[in-house]
Amino acid sequence: MNKPSIHLNCPMPKFDFDIITPGHGSGGLLTHRLLESGVFSILKNEFLDQQHDGAILPVSGKVAFSTDSFVVSPIFFPGGNIGELAVNGTVNDLSMCGAIPRYLSLSFILEEGLRMEDLWEILAGIRLAADKAGVQIVTGDTKVVEKGKGDQIFINTSGIGEIHPHADIHLNRIQPGDKIILSGEIATHGIAILSVREGLEFETDILSDTTSLHLPVKHLLDELGENVRFLRDPTRGGLATTLNEIAQKSGLGIDIRQPAIPLDSRVEAACEMLGLDPMYVANEGKFIAIVPTPFAEKALAILQKHDECRKAAIIGEVSGDHPGQVIMKSISGGRRVVSMLPGEQLPRIC
Amino acid sequence: MKYLSEYRDPELIQAYLSEIARITTRPWTLMEICGGQTHSLIKNGIPELLPEKIRMIHGPGCPVCVTPVSLIDQAIFLAESKGVVLCSFGDMIRVPGSLNSLLEAKSGGADVRILYSPLEAVSLAQKYPEKEFVFFAVGFETTAPANALSVIRAQQLGLKNFSILTSHVLVPPAMEAILSDPLHSVDAFLAAGHVCAIMGISEYLPLVEKYHIPMVVTGFEPVDLLQGILMAVRQLEKGEAKLENPYARVVLKEGNQRAIQAIKQVFEVSDREWRGIGEIPNSGYELKADFADFDARKKFDIPPTVVKENSECMAGEILKGLKNPVQCPHFGTRCTPESPLGAPMVSAEGACAAYFHFHQHA
Repeated sequence: MNKPSIHLNCPMPKFDFDIITPGHGSGGLLTHRLLESGVFSILKNEFLDQQHDGAILPVSGKVAFSTDSFVVSPIFFPGGNIGELAVNGTVNDLSMCGAIPRYLSLSFILEEGLRMEDLWEILAGIRLAADKAGVQIVTGDTKVVEKGKGDQIFINTSGIGEIHPHADIHLNRIQPGDKIILSGEIATHGIAILSVREGLEFETDILSDTTSLHLPVKHLLDELGENVRFLRDPTRGGLATTLNEIAQKSGLGIDIRQPAIPLDSRVEAACEMLGLDPMYVANEGKFIAIVPTPFAEKALAILQKHDECRKAAIIGEVSGDHPGQVIMKSISGGRRVVSMLPGEQLPRIC
Repeated sequence: MKYLSEYRDPELIQAYLSEIARITTRPWTLMEICGGQTHSLIKNGIPELLPEKIRMIHGPGCPVCVTPVSLIDQAIFLAESKGVVLCSFGDMIRVPGSLNSLLEAKSGGADVRILYSPLEAVSLAQKYPEKEFVFFAVGFETTAPANALSVIRAQQLGLKNFSILTSHVLVPPAMEAILSDPLHSVDAFLAAGHVCAIMGISEYLPLVEKYHIPMVVTGFEPVDLLQGILMAVRQLEKGEAKLENPYARVVLKEGNQRAIQAIKQVFEVSDREWRGIGEIPNSGYELKADFADFDARKKFDIPPTVVKENSECMAGEILKGLKNPVQCPHFGTRCTPESPLGAPMVSAEGACAAYFHFHQHA
C-alpha cells in the first residue's frame, strides 16, 4: 500500500542495521545509538534533552492524566500510522477531560525484524502529531522482543494535561433534555484499517480520521465553559458503544435520530458491502459533546468553524425515559434499541 | 447512497404502510425466509409499524444457525490441527460447538481467520504453500457459487494445500419441511431475494401450487420488505396463491446461469442435517467425486465426535417459526450473544440475536 507521505526536513540517519535486532533493546551501544541518532534527534525538546530517569515538569492547577496502548495492524494505513494514532489517542483522552494536553510519555515495544525505515517514519508521524497537538514527548522507553512475540511495534503513551479553567466535565452533570452533538462523520478509521488488512483488501480512498481534537474542545470550553457538560471520544466500539456507556453510567436514556448521524457515503457503502454497522466501527478523530439545549446551536457553530468538525451535527438528546438505554429512530420511522456490542463485530455470511 | 437510499425513503415507506393497513381485513401470518430479512425488519422497527393483524414470523434462512454441531466440531478439530489454517466467514466463529467455538479455539492458539470470500483462502494457500488452508464452506445457495469457484480455481492452480469443509443447505426443501409440518401457521412466504438471484424462481412454483400458498420474492431494504408484505397480503385477501417477483432489479426468472453452472460443476445434491430441525432429504450440497481432493472430510482424518447439543435451546421451533424468540424462557437471561445457548442468538442473521440487539424492551 501507499504509505502516507510524512517527511521531516532531516533524512533518516545511517544505522548499523536495517532492521531492529535484540541488541537494540540490550541497553548497550546499539540502544544508545538508536536513541541518540533516532528517537532523541526527532523528538528533541528541553525536557527530553535532559535525558534524566524521568521528566521534571512545570504544571499549573488541576491536571488530567491518561494512558493508552496502541497495537493497530497494519501499522501503516490510509491516512496515518500507529505513531500518529498513539499521540492523538492520548491527546484526545486528555481533551475529553476538559484539559489542555501538555506532556506525553512514549514507550515502544519493538519486535525483532521491524524495518528501521518504518520506525523512522513512525517517529516522524509522532513528531508531527505532537507538534500539531501542542504537546511535548518528555520521557519514554524502548524494549525489543523476539520475532514472533510482538506484531512489529506496540506503543504506549501516557499524558498530562492542564484542566481548562472553565471546564467542569462530569457524567453526573448530564441532564434530561440536554443535546448530544457529534463532531463529524463516523466509522472512517475502522473502514480505512479494514481496507488494507490481509485477506480483506478492497480499493477505496477512505482515509482514517485520526487527528487531535484539542483545538475544537478548547474553543468550546473558552466560549461555553461549564455549559459543556460532558465530552467523550467514541473510539473502539464506535458511537453505539460510547452512547451506551454514557446511558448506563449516568442512569439516563439517550434518544438519537439515524438520519442525523453524519456518515460519508463511501464509508456507508463499504459498511454495506462488508456487512458492518457503522455505529460500531472505530473512530479516531471524533467526539461527542453534551450541552444544555439553549447552548446547542452555539456549540454546533463553534465546532463547525474547525476543519476536523465541519460536519458536526446534533444527533439527539438525553432523556429521562428508558434509563440506561440508547434508542434510535430509524430512517423508516421505527424505533429500536442500539445495544452494546458483544465482543468483536463479525461480518455476516451473505 | 445510490440504489439503496431509494429503498429507504421515508415517504415511500409511509405510503406502503398505509396501503397495507388499508387492504388488511383479516389476520395473516407471513414468514420471511432469510435471516437478512429478519434483521432488516427488526432493525428498522417494521413489525411495530404494521397493522396488528399482520404477524411476521421468522424462517430458517440463517446459515450459521442451521449448521450442525458436528460440523462445527469438525471445523474446530481442523483448526486445532498442526499446520492447518481454518478460514471462515465471520459470524460462524462464535457459534458454540459441543465443547467450544472457533473463537475460543482461536484464543487457545488455533489459526482461525475471518475472510469475506473463499477465493481469498485460495490466494492465501498460494502464498503460503507450507500451510494447509481449509475454508469452512457454510451457507445457502448464495455462497455456493463462490465456494464452487474456489475449488475450480484451486484445481486450475494445481494447489495441494486447499480444501473446503462443506455445510451447504438449500432453501426449497426447508420450505417444504415447514409446510409439511401440521403445526405450521404460515399463510404466505417472503422468499429470500439473494437465494433467488442465484437460483432463479422456477423451483418455488411447485410449492406454491402444491400447498396453495402465496410467495413473493423479496429484497432486504425497508421498501423492498414492505412491498413484499403488501403483495403477499393482497394475494391473501383475494384468496390467490401466486409466485410474484417484485425484486426484479436483482432477481431474474432464470437466476444467474453462470453461478448455477459453477455449482453444478462442483456440487451434487445430498441429504443434509439441519441444526435444530433434523435431517431433510436432498437439502444440501456435497462435493462431487471429481473434486474429492478438495474435500476436507476426505483429506483429513477427522475423528467422529460425540455431539452435545444444549437441550435448553429451542432453536428448532424458532427456525421453523413455531415460536418467537421472546417466548424462550432463557431469552436475554441465560442466553445472550456473549454466552449463547444456541446458534440463533449468535449469528448476525439469527432471529434471537435480531430481537436481542434491536428489540430489547423497546
